[in-house]
Amino acid sequence: MKDITLGQFFPGDSLIHRFDPRVKLIALLLYMVELFLVKTLFGFVFMAALLALAVLISRIPMKLMFRAVRPLLLLILFTSLLNLFYTKGDTLFRVWKLTATWQGLELGLFMVLRISLLVLSSSLLTYTTSPIMLTDAMERLLSPLKALHVPVGELAMMMTIALRFIPVLVEETDKIMSAQKARGADFESGGILKRAKAMVPILVPLFISAFRRADELAVAMECRCYHTDGERTRLKSMAMARRDHVLIAVMLLLIPAILFGTNRVAFSIIPKTL
Amino acid sequence: MKEQDMVEMIDLTFSYPGEKDGAVLKEVNLEIEKGSFVAVLGHNGSGKSTLAKHMNAVLLPVGGKVYVEGIDTADADRLFEVRQRVGMAFQNPDNQIVATIVEEDVAFAPENLNLPREETAHRVETALKAVDMWEYREHSAHQLSGGQKQRVAIAGIIAMMPHCIVLDEPTAMLDPLGRTEVLNTVKKLNEEQGITIVMITHYMKEATMAQRIVVMDRGRIAMDGTPREVFSRVEELKDLGLEVPQATALVHELHKLCPALPDNVIDEQEAADAILHLFKEGAV
Repeated sequence: MKDITLGQFFPGDSLIHRFDPRVKLIALLLYMVELFLVKTLFGFVFMAALLALAVLISRIPMKLMFRAVRPLLLLILFTSLLNLFYTKGDTLFRVWKLTATWQGLELGLFMVLRISLLVLSSSLLTYTTSPIMLTDAMERLLSPLKALHVPVGELAMMMTIALRFIPVLVEETDKIMSAQKARGADFESGGILKRAKAMVPILVPLFISAFRRADELAVAMECRCYHTDGERTRLKSMAMARRDHVLIAVMLLLIPAILFGTNRVAFSIIPKTL
Repeated sequence: MKEQDMVEMIDLTFSYPGEKDGAVLKEVNLEIEKGSFVAVLGHNGSGKSTLAKHMNAVLLPVGGKVYVEGIDTADADRLFEVRQRVGMAFQNPDNQIVATIVEEDVAFAPENLNLPREETAHRVETALKAVDMWEYREHSAHQLSGGQKQRVAIAGIIAMMPHCIVLDEPTAMLDPLGRTEVLNTVKKLNEEQGITIVMITHYMKEATMAQRIVVMDRGRIAMDGTPREVFSRVEELKDLGLEVPQATALVHELHKLCPALPDNVIDEQEAADAILHLFKEGAV
């Protein structure tokens, strides 16, 4: 349970920390789009190198970065295995009735890289941006939707609170699990169905407590004059500096660089002789 | 003079909708003076939390009136004026902190009040310094200790610059160290900044810090006076299901045996002094 790092923020003063959160969000979106444009191994190496550079600048420990991928390891492994065996092409080896292909190996490898880079890049964003700044940025980017009566401010507040309570509820789940184990509950043995059933004694108290917390939080927020109509100021201002313009420009320039650059580098793990 | 009182309750009656078994508060009359430190005692279900929630219009009276510096709390147009004047802190600090980062949480109220950014930043700094948490401004709230979290919650209220802070069992979930931290902070706010404090508690020792103690029982005010006056009524307090501080109880029992002892000590030091005095006089 302790492995959930979603929404965790590690304060710092690096260049990555100081970028305008709106710009960081857009840069992340561009990076993700670009990951789907990449078609060659060389391209992936290039994208990975860019991310590694950003991580180095941010001074977020690599160990922490990899912890973000760990929960998805199974998914990544599964999809790459599917790719390995279900892609038509030149035979690499056979297991039982399944044929692994060179092309499958390459596609699988791409899949591993793509998913990992997606997760790693978004983790870098949440590690280096405080959740409030992030929701603020989303609110500001989405603010044109206010004209369509989308409650952008309320949505942002909901996000903020959800992120705030993740560690609280994780801790609480641990506590409830220990309490139920102490009474002889068994969460580890049995099939999927039995294990799912064993979760009920955890979920019921967790939900009750979450509702009670929500109730108390609502009162506390009211006591601090929270209201949904009208403007709210923000402690932190958002102003784009030159570095932000540069980042956006670099991220935009990557698109043609990938399409006409890395994608044309004929470098593949598939042997030429086949 | 209505304006003189921080909070004034006149014949305040309250019952939760749908509950048949009578009112939670019955015709309570209470005035809280500006700058005072009042402790409200009472066992569970005595109505002390309900009473507190009327002080900043979280609950509105079913019968009677509540005035905050002369403003009727039932006046919906002046709701924010009331809530700005009387801030409220609760038992569980985790459930009051809205934002992940300390300084962002403290800024929550000024942001809601739509204050200019410089003013917001200034208030955050003043509030965090007032509770000695300024150096933690960039920390995540969930990494702090219980006492630190509760102090951040209090800073979040100070940032509204209230004239009065109501604390509903602020130390109930804290360890002894955290409890001392919070109590010292509260005392400091009262003494140095003249903020009126109303503290709901069931720790007798905490109540001795106050200038005045109000004891609630079944929706009514059972006792009202200085700690010395209230704690000298040991038998009555016991009937209300409350324990007096240990030192008071000890000297009270000794007083029965030896009437020369005073019957109104409130802490260990006074008890020791009284007993020592007795020995020096040679009465024993």
